[in-house]
Order: sequence, then C-alpha cells, then structure tokens
Amino acid sequence: MEHYNMNLNLKVWRQKNSNSKGGFKMYRVENISSEMSFLEMFDVLNEQLIEKGEEPIAFDHDCREGICGACSMYIDGKPHGPWHGNTTCQLHMRAFNDGDTIVVEPWRAAAFPVIKDLVVDRTAFDRIIQAGGYISVNTGNAVDGNSLPINKEKAEASFDAAMCIGCGACVAACKNSSAMLFLSAKVSHLALLPQGEPERKSRVLDMVAQMDKEGFGSCTNTGACEATCPKEISISYIAKLNNEYLKAGLTKE
Amino acid sequence: MLDAKIPSGPIENKWTNYKGHCKLVNPANKRKLEVIVIGTGLAGASAAASLGELGYKVKTFCFQDSPRRAHSIAAQGGINAAKNYQNDGDSTFRLFYDTVKGGDYRSREANVYRLAEVSANIIDQCVAQGVPFAREYGGLLSNRSFGGVQVQRTFYAAGQTGQQLLIGAYQALERQVALGNVKQYSRHEMLEVVIVDGKARGIIARDLVTGKLERHFGHAVVLCSGGYGNVFYLSTNAMGSNVTAAWKAHKAGAFFGNPCYTQIHPTCIPVSGDHQSKLTLMSESLRNDGRIWVPKQKGDNRKPNDIPVEERDYYLERRYPAFGNLVPRDVASRAAKERCDAGYGVGTSKQAVYLDFASAIERYGKTEITKHGRDAETASHEEIVTLGKQVVKEKYGNLFDMYEKITGENPYEVPMRIYPAVHYTMGGLWVDYELMTTVKGMYALGECNFSDHGANRLGASALMQGLADGYFVIPYTIGNYLADEIYNKPISIEHEAFVAAEKKVAERINTLMNIKGNTSVETFHKRLGKIMWNKCGMARNEKDLQEAIVEIQALRKEFWKDVKIPGEINEFNPELDKAGRVADFLELGELMCIDALHRKESCGGHFREESQTEEGEALRQDNEFMYVAAWEFKNESNWELHKEALNYEVIKPTQRSYK
Repeated sequence: MEHYNMNLNLKVWRQKNSNSKGGFKMYRVENISSEMSFLEMFDVLNEQLIEKGEEPIAFDHDCREGICGACSMYIDGKPHGPWHGNTTCQLHMRAFNDGDTIVVEPWRAAAFPVIKDLVVDRTAFDRIIQAGGYISVNTGNAVDGNSLPINKEKAEASFDAAMCIGCGACVAACKNSSAMLFLSAKVSHLALLPQGEPERKSRVLDMVAQMDKEGFGSCTNTGACEATCPKEISISYIAKLNNEYLKAGLTKE
Repeated sequence: MLDAKIPSGPIENKWTNYKGHCKLVNPANKRKLEVIVIGTGLAGASAAASLGELGYKVKTFCFQDSPRRAHSIAAQGGINAAKNYQNDGDSTFRLFYDTVKGGDYRSREANVYRLAEVSANIIDQCVAQGVPFAREYGGLLSNRSFGGVQVQRTFYAAGQTGQQLLIGAYQALERQVALGNVKQYSRHEMLEVVIVDGKARGIIARDLVTGKLERHFGHAVVLCSGGYGNVFYLSTNAMGSNVTAAWKAHKAGAFFGNPCYTQIHPTCIPVSGDHQSKLTLMSESLRNDGRIWVPKQKGDNRKPNDIPVEERDYYLERRYPAFGNLVPRDVASRAAKERCDAGYGVGTSKQAVYLDFASAIERYGKTEITKHGRDAETASHEEIVTLGKQVVKEKYGNLFDMYEKITGENPYEVPMRIYPAVHYTMGGLWVDYELMTTVKGMYALGECNFSDHGANRLGASALMQGLADGYFVIPYTIGNYLADEIYNKPISIEHEAFVAAEKKVAERINTLMNIKGNTSVETFHKRLGKIMWNKCGMARNEKDLQEAIVEIQALRKEFWKDVKIPGEINEFNPELDKAGRVADFLELGELMCIDALHRKESCGGHFREESQTEEGEALRQDNEFMYVAAWEFKNESNWELHKEALNYEVIKPTQRSYK
C-alpha cells in the first residue's frame, strides 16, 4: 500500500452547549498521513487548536476499534463517513484525497440533543432498553447452559441482531429520525431465543411505547438505516419487529 | 505480612464453607443499605445488577455516555469455563491448575480455585440472559481451544464475546434501573473516596457534562474501574481507560498489588507513525495457523513475498521446536522484540515481524481437494490457493477484514505485520479473599484488582474473572460486611468528611486549570508512555528502571508547571478530564518502576534481564520473591512495601519450559 500525505479543509459544526446556537467553522490541516484514522486526524487538529489557544472540538470516542459505539460523526452527509459497514474510528484517511473539503456534523435527531460540538446525548437508547430490552432472570437462577438446545441458525440470527453497537447511526441516517433498526435488533435478538419467550409480548409493546415517548420518528422503509449501519444489521429485522408488534397487540390479554 | 483472610480447610471446600458461614442481611435491611459501584464493564455491571436484585440500593457511575460502552466490550476471543462439555478431561482442578501455572506461580491459590469453581455458573447465567454463544448443529454450546491449553473450554460468540457478555450484563443492569433498585450516573467520573472513621463511606464524582462536583454516600464502595495499561499511552485499551478511581482509592489507603505485572500481547497491528493514538489487537487464535518470521538478512528491504523460504527465519519454530508459534504470550512477545532490536524488523518502522498464512492456505487448500476424493498432487497451485483462502476466510474473516481496514493491505496476499502491545494489567488494588481492599468497606473487582492472574494472564480468563467477581463473589462477601452496617444510618453528605473531600477535588481542578502552561496534556501522556515502554516494558533492568524513576519525577514536575488545558471548569471539557487522568498516570508510572526495580526476578510478563536462564528465558527466584508486593502510599514518591506470602499448598511450582 502506497502511503501519501494530504492537506485538507474541514468544515466542522461547533456548538458551545445544548442551549446555544451552533454553526459551521472552517479549519485547515496539513500533512495528514493516509495511514491515520479519521479520529487521529481530529487529534492533530485539536492539538493545533490547543496550541493556538482555541477550544478543541469535542467528539465522542473510546475504544477506537469499532465496537464500543461511542464515535458518532456525520461525515460528508453520511453517518460514519463514506466506507460501508464501518464506524468513524475505523475510517482511515486513505478514503480522502489531497485538497478535499470534508464536512463534519453531529448526529441530528430531536431525541439526540447536542451536548457540545459533535457530542450528542443518546441516553434515550438506555431508556428504551430499560423499558424491556432484557430477560428477567436474577443471578443464580440459571439451569445448565446445555439443558435447552437452540437451533444453530436461530442462534446465529439472534447473534446477528445482537451485534448492534448502539451508536445511533441508523437514527442519524433516517430522514424521520426513526430508531426502528436499533429497536428491532434488540427485540429480534431476544425474540429469536427460547429464553426470551415468556416476556415476548410485553417486551415489544413496552419498548415501542418508550421509543415513541422519546420522540423518535416513524419508519417509512427507505432503508437508509441498513445502508449506514456499521454492523450491517439487516432491515429485515424491522419486518420482524412489525410482525412481533402486531401479534403482541392482537393477542394481548 | 498481610492477611488475605483465606478460609481454612481443603481448597475444594473453602468457598462452600465460606458461603455456609458468612453473615447474611435480611431483605428488609438490604433496602436500607446503599452501595456505590464505580465502572460498568463486566465486573461493574454484573455486580450492580446482582446487588440490585438482592435488594440493595445501588448507584453506578461510568465516564462513558452509556454503561454499555465499557471496554470489556472489545474482548474478542472468549470466556473459559470448566464445563467439560467436550469430554476431554477438563475439570475445576484443571482450570485452576492451568491458571496458576500460566500466572507463573504468582497468584493466590484460594482465589484462583474459587474462580475455576464458579466459572461454570457464569456460562449458565449468561445463556439464561440470552447471550447468543456459538452453537453446534445439535443446538448445544460450541467450544474452542485457546492460549495453548490442552482442553477445549473456551465459550465464544464469533470474535465479539466481550460485547455479547457485556450486553447481557448491561441488560440485567438496565432492568434493575427500571425497577428502581439501581440509579445510573453516566458521564460521571469518581474523583475521591470519602472515608469516615476508617471506612469507605462515599465518593466525590464530577458530572462530565456540567463540570459540577457531586457527593454520594454509600455504606460500601465497589471499584470495578478496569486496568491501567494506558499508562503506556499506546495500548489496546480504550482511549478513556484510566487508573484514576483506583488511584484515588490507593492514595486514600488501599494498597496497590504487583503494579509492575503488565501483559504485552504478541499479535497487535504495529505502530504506523507518531500520530498513532491506540493499538489494535489481532486475536491470539491467529497463531494457530499463522507462521511468524523475519528475514535472515539484516535490513532486508525486499517485499515479503520476494524473500525465498530459505532466507526466512521462523524464529519461534527455531527457538521453541516443541511449542513453535504457540508459546505463551509473554514468550512470543519477548522473542519478537529480540529480533527487532537485533535489526531484523520489517515494515517502514522496522518494529514489526511477519505473521504469514501462506502455509496454512496451502495446507487447507490441499485438504479441500482431498475431501472431494481427488489427489492433491494433480491440482494446480492456483486452485489449491483459492480453496485454501476460503477456509481461512471462514475461520478468521472478520480479523482479516479489520486488518485490511486499518493497514490497507490484504493479508490473504501479503503476510500481516504484527508487533507486541500493552494489553492487560495483572496488577491492581490488593484485595483479600472477600475482594475487600485494605480500606474497610471498599472493594475491588475485575481487572482493577490484582488477585487471580499472577504474573501473566491466560487467554479467555479476563472475562471469566470479571463476571465471577461480579455475579458470584461480591453478592456473598459484601453481605458479610454489610450485616454489621445495618445499625449505621446513612451519613449526611454535609458531614465534614464529604466537605473536605470535595474541597480537595475542587482545589486540584483549580490548580490544574490555573497552570495555563504551554504543553498539551496529550504531549505529556505521550512522553510518559515512551519512558514506560522503553524502560519498564517488555524487558527491564536495574539501570533503566532507576533512570525511568528520575525521568518520571521530572516529567511530573514539568506537567504541574507547564500543562495547558483549554476551556473552563464548569462545562463539558474532555481536555480537563484527560489532564486529571494523566496526572494520576504520572504517579502510577513511578510506582510501577519502583515495583519492577524491587522484584529482581523474572516471572510471567515481568522480565528482568538480570534474571534469565542460559537460553534467555524468564527465571523466577522463588526463595526471595514468592510473595505479593502490596504498596502503601505514604506521600509523594514514597511508598512502604508490605508482603503477602504465597503459600502453594496444592500445586508445586516448577520452571516453565516450552522447548
């Protein structure tokens, strides 16, 4: 792989806090190596800003290996940027060319208010899980792990849904700011397992109610969520969610 | 000598006897008892959920925006459990034995036995929570082997086992939040312990969004704040992983055990330049099929595929014919360093070795052809390679993709470049058998304690320990303490101890903000990391360590004179958060060097150049160093050493050999 250096213009959303109005600001970074990650390029920019006595740009990040779900930049009109099935932290600068102007914004959704610059509040996701995204089993109650065989394909489908990292890119990508892909992944993960059976109906009804309460929009099946999901979670889980919801609503006691 | 309060009796009965005799708290009283849990990774989330289920009033704190983001989530490989589902001779005793041996005989037998004992319950609990472990076609749980042990006892969920286990624990935690048993404080950082009459009674936390300081009371404080690998700046830890909570506890009286025991993982993606912010692990499982080599000729600049096989040095196979590429982590890491230091490293930085899958691809390709009833000799090389690549993709596809994303190179075509990186810290707060630190009412669980892995941790054991501590140990041991606390009403947060602790925190933050120097926090962190890596890293010696101590002291002075922190106190200010953490790393780094200097033996991940066998292997000095070094903080640069003797009653320590 040939490496190269580049100079870039960055148009970044700056916002002091949730009460103030934000706006774009232009920055220039030079000699950025194609081997850097996108966040390392931001580290370089922030070091520059600190040196000049300006405030660095706040952004969420932690594991920097694509699994914790903290990073959340809306890059050139796409959550997590141009690469498919990828998080911001795993986007590398060889995706860009010398002289490019890159626009960076926070997730935009009513349910994800901006805290500062590119940092948003995603606690709505925690509250959706609190509404029923679990199996009610206390520590110490479990029977032997192999007492209940689970069909391999079902277990794998459950795992595919459980891979969701809760980053919120699906919401940011959706023109309605719908959280249906996130919700459907959790409902499907648990509904596909026999352990999830006893609470299957109440879980989906309660979680959907909480999602609506948080101010997420409706799903109109545009598929933007699936296209942007860093873990490539399939939109077919939304169909499964609708199915679960309908059945639960019709058969509720 | 420190007393670990290990129950008497045969090792296999200790935990059962303890549980049968420890004090209990009745349900009505549990509601009146408050417990603070710091950190929400596997240990913290499982502890908070389990304590909430029991009826205690729990508060959790994490610096991330959600408990689900704790760094346990990044663990790839798996979790060990002595289930013996494979009928291959596994047992509680074998898991116990392997863990003690892997730790190079520097862990506490009784704790490790208990860990092995509860390991099976962890799997049951996680399955019941809906953790989607890998399964066989018959619907039963699948196992794989890991880290060179002789049985298949590792449970896994593809390459995301940590994520799935953490989500299980997080969901159990969120359920308790919904039920009102747990109150959750995200984007909060613990900055001080409050001690009243010698007992931990609460904390001072900072709300990282508003910058406001808060006082929280607890009858007990449970630290689950993870490891301190980021003292090296570059590590496989998350950017936010830090020692701050554990360090505040240490300075408030909790002894720090074996701080120098660090695990350097052999297979990580190498550093590509000064901009590097973190290192990424490639699972140890790759060593099952990859062959590690460097060119035989120094400074050979040819592309790897242009170097003929006879001009390659497969140094692990050469030095360790019996174990070859499967030697333990510490041995593999040191061997890579030795080759690079001698000038045989590869890549632009020359700080890397090749991990080559060409032989595996060819071997698997031939097997595929034979499977179809053909003679492999008749197939073309191209066909063999195509089929072989498919097999490798099935086994390691996600890791190969991750490697390609980061480096831009295709590991199916060119060998991976790898180099060792800091991964895990076996040292941590000293705890007794009940996981209580030397401060009454303050506990340490998971990676932030020192107890179970000795001087080197085996693969797939970290997840096991975090969950064992949280789900199955603390719910019993904390009751034994809290049973005597039912007479004690909550202490008002207006109590002078709370006022004083908050004042101390506020003053420190003010001091930091008012330095207004010229050098960024990041710069200091990088400089500290370089000192630690070069002088207290994979190989250590007396001269280097002595120099490192002086350099760290000087760097710390410079930090407190010249650090530049932008922004204000009462706002979202990640630079300020980081400054506090780096300030603590600057103290911890010194203690690690002091500990490494005093331990004039090699053991596990701690390699003192002065103590090695003729073949250059780690040489323990059991007569002198068969103890846990527990350091008591006195004042700046001044610690007192306490020892806990390690008595091996069941296992007889021997010299490890992998020849």
